[in-house]
Amino acid sequence: MIDVVMPQMGESIVEGTLTKWLKKPGERVERDEPLFEISTDKVDSEIPAPAAGTLAEVLVEEGKTVSINTIVARIASGEQAAASPPKPAPAPEPVKPVTVAPATAVTAPAPALMPAAAAAPTPVSIGPLSPLVRKMAREYNIDLSLLKGTGAGGRITKQDIEAYMSAQGARTMAAAAPAAPAAPAPAEEITPLARAVPAKARVEQMSTMRSKIAEHMIFSLRTSAHVTTVHKTDITRVARLRDKIKGQFQERYGFSLTYLPFVARAAAEALRTFPIVNASIEGNSIIYHNEINIGIAVALDGGSGLIVPVIRNADERNVVGLQRAIVDLASRARSRRLKPDEVQGGTFSITNFGSFGSLFATPVINQPQVAILGVGAVEKMPVVIDDAIAIRSVCYLALTFDHRLIDGALADQFTSKVKSVLENWSDQVL
Amino acid sequence: MRSCPARDLGRMDFAGAYALQQRLVALRKQGRIPDQLLFVEHPHVITMGRNGRAEHLLADEHLLARAGIAFHSTDRGGDVTYHGPGQIVAYPIFDLREWKRDVAAYVRALEEAVIAALADFSINASRLEGCTGVWTGGAKICAIGVHLSRWVSSHGLALNVDTDLSYFRYIIPCGLTKPVTSMRDLGAGAPRDKVIARLAVHFSRVFDIEVNWSRAGCLEPEEFVEETIA
Repeated sequence: MIDVVMPQMGESIVEGTLTKWLKKPGERVERDEPLFEISTDKVDSEIPAPAAGTLAEVLVEEGKTVSINTIVARIASGEQAAASPPKPAPAPEPVKPVTVAPATAVTAPAPALMPAAAAAPTPVSIGPLSPLVRKMAREYNIDLSLLKGTGAGGRITKQDIEAYMSAQGARTMAAAAPAAPAAPAPAEEITPLARAVPAKARVEQMSTMRSKIAEHMIFSLRTSAHVTTVHKTDITRVARLRDKIKGQFQERYGFSLTYLPFVARAAAEALRTFPIVNASIEGNSIIYHNEINIGIAVALDGGSGLIVPVIRNADERNVVGLQRAIVDLASRARSRRLKPDEVQGGTFSITNFGSFGSLFATPVINQPQVAILGVGAVEKMPVVIDDAIAIRSVCYLALTFDHRLIDGALADQFTSKVKSVLENWSDQVL
Repeated sequence: MRSCPARDLGRMDFAGAYALQQRLVALRKQGRIPDQLLFVEHPHVITMGRNGRAEHLLADEHLLARAGIAFHSTDRGGDVTYHGPGQIVAYPIFDLREWKRDVAAYVRALEEAVIAALADFSINASRLEGCTGVWTGGAKICAIGVHLSRWVSSHGLALNVDTDLSYFRYIIPCGLTKPVTSMRDLGAGAPRDKVIARLAVHFSRVFDIEVNWSRAGCLEPEEFVEETIA
C-alpha cells in the first residue's frame, strides 16, 4: 500500500482543504494522473497520484481541511489491488432522497470473493430514465433499482412506478424514505413510531420541506426576541387607483394588480429610511445590507408548505416591476421551479395573510433577517375623519421585529413610514 | 532570467480565453513552451470558483441573461467574481517549479506586482490580512483566483481600471460583503495599455522573468509553440 499525503504547497502553508476526489475508491490510477484537488488561499491545485495502482481507500472526505502530510488515501499497487476489495469513503455524504445511484452499490457488503473490479462502485444499471420518472422517484422516495422496467428496452415507465407504489402501500413508503441505504435501519425506526401512535391514526413521513420549515420556525423563535406591532392603515388611495386601472393593467401586462406590490414598494422606501430593519445580526456585529432584497412568503397549494422567494433590489423596481416579480416567483414557487439562489439572500420579508382573510397575525421572522411585515385583509370600514364618518379601505400592517436589534420606537417609526407612503400614494404613480 | 512571451489578447470572451489557457497549460506541462503571460478583457461575465457558494450569486440565469452577463463555473480557487469591460485580466501560465514551489508565495507575488503597478499611478494599495487580493481604502480593486496543475498556473488576477462597478451588485464578490473600487473611481483612471505595461514591468521584477511582448491579437496555441520554440 502506498500512502497519499496532503502535500505541502508552500513554506508557510500548514494545511489544505481537500475539495474534490477525481477518482473513486476501486478506480485505477496511473502515476502522475490527477487524483484529487485541494484548495489553499484562493489557489486550487490538482494533485497527481504518487504511484500507479488502485485507489484502495479514501481517508479524508471532500470539504475537510487537514494539516500537511496527513494521509488522505491509500493506493494499492498491482497484486494487492486484486486481493482487497475497496473500502468506501469514511463518512458518507448526506443521504440523498433518491437511492438510484452508486451509494447502494458501495454500501452493500462487498463479498470477499468478488474481484476488485466487480466490487467497484458501478451504478445499478437501470437504463435511461425520463424526467417524469426521475421526478416521481424523487418525490415518492422510490429506489428505482427495486423496479423492473416494462418499457422499451426495459426502461422504467410511469406505469411501473404507479404499479410499484400501489403494491407497496403508504406504510412501507414511509419506512423506505430518507434513511434508505442503510438496510437494517428502517425496521428499527418504524417500530417505536408505530407503537406510539393510536391504532386508527395515519402515519406519514414529513416531507423534506415540512421538516425544514419546522426546523426553521423553531430556530427563529429561539434566536430572535419576537415582538409584533400593528398599525391600522387607510389604504383608500391605493384602492381607488387600483380599481381605476386594474382592467387596463391586466390587459396590458397579462397579470392582475394586487395590493402587495404597493406594500412592497412602501416597505422598500421605509427600509431605505431605516437601514437597521434591513440588517442582520452576526455574533456581536450588525450587518447592514446594501441591497434591499424582499422575500415574499408564498403558500404552496394544499397546505404542502411555504416558501419565501426573494425579489432582488426591490427598491429599484416600480409597482409594475414588483407585481411582475411577485407573479413570476409565486407561480414558479407553486410549480417548484424556483432556483436555489432565488430563495436566498433576502434581507426583509413580507407575508400577505390578508389574502386568506386574516385581519392581522404575528408572523415569525425569516432568519437571519430582523423583521417581517404582515399584511392583513383590506376591508371597507367606517372611519372617523375630522369628526365625520367616512367609508374607507383599511388594512392592518403587522410588523414582527427582532427586539434584540430594533427598539419598539424604531419599529413603530418604520411601520408609520410604510403606512404614510401607502396613505399618501400619488394616484399618478405605479 | 527566464524568457516569458506576453500578449494582450484584447477583448475575448471568457470561454475562449479559458480554452486557450487550458491548451497552453498542457503545452507548458509538456515543456514545449516557456512561461506565458496573457492579458485580456472579457465581455460581461460572472464566474464561479471551485469553492464558490451559490448564495454569493445574487441573480438567476434569466436576470443575468437579461442584463447581458454570461455565467461560467471554473476550476480556479476562490468564490464568485465578475469580469467585464474596463477590467484588466491577467493570466500567467507559469511553471512554479522554476520559480518557487509555494502557492502562498505565488499569490503574495501577484499581489505585490499589482500593488507596485498601482503605486506607479499614485494609488496607495495594500494587502488585507486574510483576504487575498489587492485593497485600497477598505475596497477591493483587484481579485485573485488561481488554479494549479502540477505547479503550472492558470487563471490569475482581475484589476478594475474603469470597470462599471454596478455589475458587482449581482454577486457578493469572493463571498465578502466588502465594497469594490476601480482606478477611475479613485480618481486615477489610466489607459488600459499603460496599466498593462506597468503590470508587465512588475511581473518581470517579482517573478524574475524577461517579459517579451509578442504581436497582439489572439493566436492559436500552435503558433505559440512555433514562435517560442524557434
